[in-house]
Amino acid sequence: MNIIEFFARHQREILQATLEHIWLVATSMLLAVAVGVPLGIIVTRQPWLSKPILGGANIAETIPSLALFGFLLPVPWLGERSDRLVIIALMLYALLPIIRNTSTGIENINAAVRQAARGMGMTKNQILWQVELRLAMPTILAGVRVATVLTIGIATIAAAVGAGGLGEFIFRGLAMVNNQLILAGAIPAAALALLADFILSLLERRLRPARQ
Amino acid sequence: MNAETDRDAAREPIIEFRNAGYCLPNGQRILHSLSLTVSRGETLALLGRSGAGKTTALKLINRMLDPSDGQVLVEDKETTSWNAITLRRHIGYVIQDVGLFPHFTIEQNVSLVPRLERWPAERTEARVKELFDLVDLDFDKFSKRHPHELSGGQRQRVGIARALAADPPILLMDEPFGALDPLTRGDLQREFQKLQRTLGKTIVMVTHDVGESLLLASRIALLEEGKLTGIYSPAEFLAAKDPMAAAYVANFRMYEEAERANEHH
Repeated sequence: MNIIEFFARHQREILQATLEHIWLVATSMLLAVAVGVPLGIIVTRQPWLSKPILGGANIAETIPSLALFGFLLPVPWLGERSDRLVIIALMLYALLPIIRNTSTGIENINAAVRQAARGMGMTKNQILWQVELRLAMPTILAGVRVATVLTIGIATIAAAVGAGGLGEFIFRGLAMVNNQLILAGAIPAAALALLADFILSLLERRLRPARQ
Repeated sequence: MNAETDRDAAREPIIEFRNAGYCLPNGQRILHSLSLTVSRGETLALLGRSGAGKTTALKLINRMLDPSDGQVLVEDKETTSWNAITLRRHIGYVIQDVGLFPHFTIEQNVSLVPRLERWPAERTEARVKELFDLVDLDFDKFSKRHPHELSGGQRQRVGIARALAADPPILLMDEPFGALDPLTRGDLQREFQKLQRTLGKTIVMVTHDVGESLLLASRIALLEEGKLTGIYSPAEFLAAKDPMAAAYVANFRMYEEAERANEHH
């Protein structure tokens, strides 16, 4: 049985696992943006918080994923459901590129633009929403893109704690020494990563205003 | 020319510095006890070297900075009692690097303050067209473009239009023509001179260009190392005994002399 036949025969399971995978990644990325962008803004406003915030996100990044899942297992609410745990863990991995790119994107805005915005009488909120976030958007999206590709890969390990996704095939294939099973997980995961990268880079390019 | 100075002084004051000083947070003094009155409708040039405190003095007017000591009054009210946002929308602001928003079209850049002030759309639209005419930009050609598609001179025209959008009584200009090539600068200065006459705004302008001061200002305030060393009408400035003023004039005259020398040959 070649790989194409294998995919054709198991298309329903593969599709199911792919959807689970997308759900894990999409949920954790939404959370990571919801947490990471405000943290990135705080870093630009309160420089003294930059070390603890970026340092914390950096540490999360360095913990091996399998170990992080293990650490989170005994946490009361998280340990109850493996998908909860995996989503939180994936979010932690995604934070660093998002926080860093948000703060860099805002800090790199032309000083004259910032000065003009203040001088025209824009409020802090108006400057944040209409100028800073809008001009930092391509950089923030670049961070989201890096984080998404990273998260799609790490999410395959979620199967180790029973959260499903494409990792199921990979772990089963490893246990049964079956390459086709491994590929049934690895190929869709790689395709997802490429697709996400492509879509987000298109979006990023559309939002990049021409520089002066 | 003293008559002109007297007439200006007799007019209603609109901006007043009362022993206003400014220190950086690290204690370094940028501006020493500045006392100066700007009358409604006049154009005051703040002339001096880089680091003389000109820009700092300008920023005290629209509350981009608060004075460390003394007071600055705008329309008889201390800037620190003004709401900073209200004050800034009441004062037009033009800077050397223009600072147009790169993600906005030219039209959106010009209509910024009216939109912030929530003018009705028709009123904003009419005003924007009027402003394009005022600074001599073709509305149909430029309104939908972005700043990066314009030349330096065109961008500064947009910067001036943006500052005038809500028809503020006061205009602050920080080396508005400093980044332009000499020919473009000359064109804009001449056009701005006409604009001044038709609009009758009170203008405070930071510059280190003597020619610009003489052409556009009704009075010239000379600053040196954070201190005001004198206030002159253009004619008084040309005859001033103050060594700094004389040095500026000598420098300015150098070009005239070169011209005359070449005529003789």
